[in-house]
Amino acid sequence: MTGGRRWAPSVRIGAVMIATFVVVGLFGPLLAPYPVGPRAIDLDHMYGPMSWAHWLGTDKSGIDTLSQLLHGARQALILSMTVVAISAVIGVSMGMIAGYARGVVDEVIMRVVDVFLAFPGLLLNIAIVAVVAKPGLPVFIAALCANGWVGYARVARGQVLSLRERDYVLAARALGASTPRILARHIAPNLVAPLLVQMSLSFGAVIAAEASLSFLGLGPQLDHTWGAMLEQGTSFLWKPGFRHYALAAGAAIAWVVLAANLLGDGLRDRLDPRQRGKA
Amino acid sequence: MLGVSVLVFLFLHIIPGDPVDHLAGGEATPEQRHKIEACMGLDGSLPRQFVRFMGHVADRTLGQQCPDPEGKPTVAQMIADVYPHTVALALTGLAIAIVLALPLGIAAALRRGTWFDTLASIGALSGIAVPTMLLGPLLLLYFFVERGWLPGPFETGAAALVLPAFTVAVHLMAMLARMTRSAMVEVLGEDYLRTARAKGLPERTVVWKHALRNAVMPVVTVAGLQFGSVLSGSIIIESVFARPGLGYLLLAAIRERNYPVVQGCVLVIAASYVLVNIAVDVAYGLIDPRVRRA
Repeated sequence: MTGGRRWAPSVRIGAVMIATFVVVGLFGPLLAPYPVGPRAIDLDHMYGPMSWAHWLGTDKSGIDTLSQLLHGARQALILSMTVVAISAVIGVSMGMIAGYARGVVDEVIMRVVDVFLAFPGLLLNIAIVAVVAKPGLPVFIAALCANGWVGYARVARGQVLSLRERDYVLAARALGASTPRILARHIAPNLVAPLLVQMSLSFGAVIAAEASLSFLGLGPQLDHTWGAMLEQGTSFLWKPGFRHYALAAGAAIAWVVLAANLLGDGLRDRLDPRQRGKA
Repeated sequence: MLGVSVLVFLFLHIIPGDPVDHLAGGEATPEQRHKIEACMGLDGSLPRQFVRFMGHVADRTLGQQCPDPEGKPTVAQMIADVYPHTVALALTGLAIAIVLALPLGIAAALRRGTWFDTLASIGALSGIAVPTMLLGPLLLLYFFVERGWLPGPFETGAAALVLPAFTVAVHLMAMLARMTRSAMVEVLGEDYLRTARAKGLPERTVVWKHALRNAVMPVVTVAGLQFGSVLSGSIIIESVFARPGLGYLLLAAIRERNYPVVQGCVLVIAASYVLVNIAVDVAYGLIDPRVRRA
């Protein structure tokens, strides 16, 4: 990435939007004007309208909506960071091993990847969450990682397959560098850029998946995640004057998904202009 | 396909959680428990269970509902009852998406850099970002609750298809419109289009015959690949609109811990997805003669 050209507007807008989300995720709970959680239940102010005291009103338990959104931001941040990190580590390791070892190892790993790809993403998540006796946060994270790692594995393998034939890798091998050293010092650094694209895109995907699963009642079973808020909000959509609750949660989700897509697509265009706009 | 079956089986049988507990309830006698186990085939070893499962796949029943299979439809029958609804939803959604996305993408590509292009891009991006779970209920609220123009939940008629199919289409349309635009932009810059123009072909022929046919390739790929996610997305849509279908059946089965049905639904959705992907490969050959020859 040379510094000559300016970043495309989509990258800059996306980056700013993501940065906002990260800042809100880090400091949101501190900024929240009201407490959340069971102790904050205030049955005198159920379904509050938008007002100066409660900018976005209150929910069915009288808890401040804005405060919930801010707490939800932190949960969304932690959740997406965790899922992205775990799936990236698993996927990249698998992809690097497959691409570098080639042969039977490559064949086996890629067959496994194919099988995972045979499931539309959401279905795999639902299947995993649904069959576990006690769904909870760890199961939920595992389910999202189960289809998350595949993308990283494919990207990493593709890169490694071409990188391993480069002269500088040959030179390193001729100098007696061990395989782990070649992978870690000579190949891994070149994977960073394409993986950033993948990470950015999956960041939004995690938020969207959380929302979908929570909506179906298969979510991480945490209070005040955006998905849980959206689920509550949509079930009270018919209630006059209560639409802003669902809209607020939906907007928060859309914000991050949009930001992640802008950033990811923009980065990809920058790294590989031929891929421009591919979904 | 075999891989899919194996994975479905493994997920449902290796992941901890005892379905017998759910079915039998707390105060089941050992005999009742044993009856359920025998019915579900859980009394055999893991390989034997797998053979049994594949047997159910082979004889096209996909298993029975336990603990009392008599008089209840087999899993395959239950799925067959609702499968057409889901396919109708997915196909209509896909059709709406393509019909709207192609002209939009082409128009945006031809007017690249104008306000129309910008507007279309913004529209497409928001279409991708808006959660279906919000869009669906909002549409339902407006067109069913407030205006009463369109039928609401639990219906399966043609009119009841409109809202769910449109909800399915929005996301897909946004994605396809972007694809079409970028593919067209790329193709419009090719030398052979300059040649076509240079030899005096009318602009209409250039765009519709020379450009579109080449630009439509990646769009078909994405449309096909997205069809799978439309199928799984229908789980959400069907739940929003309480519309009978594969996804609705799956969710109900999950709630009741009806494992044979869960297993069957997951298998059928995944299998449909794989088949559609194969069909996309075939469609490639029809559109692009180069692939056929290769």
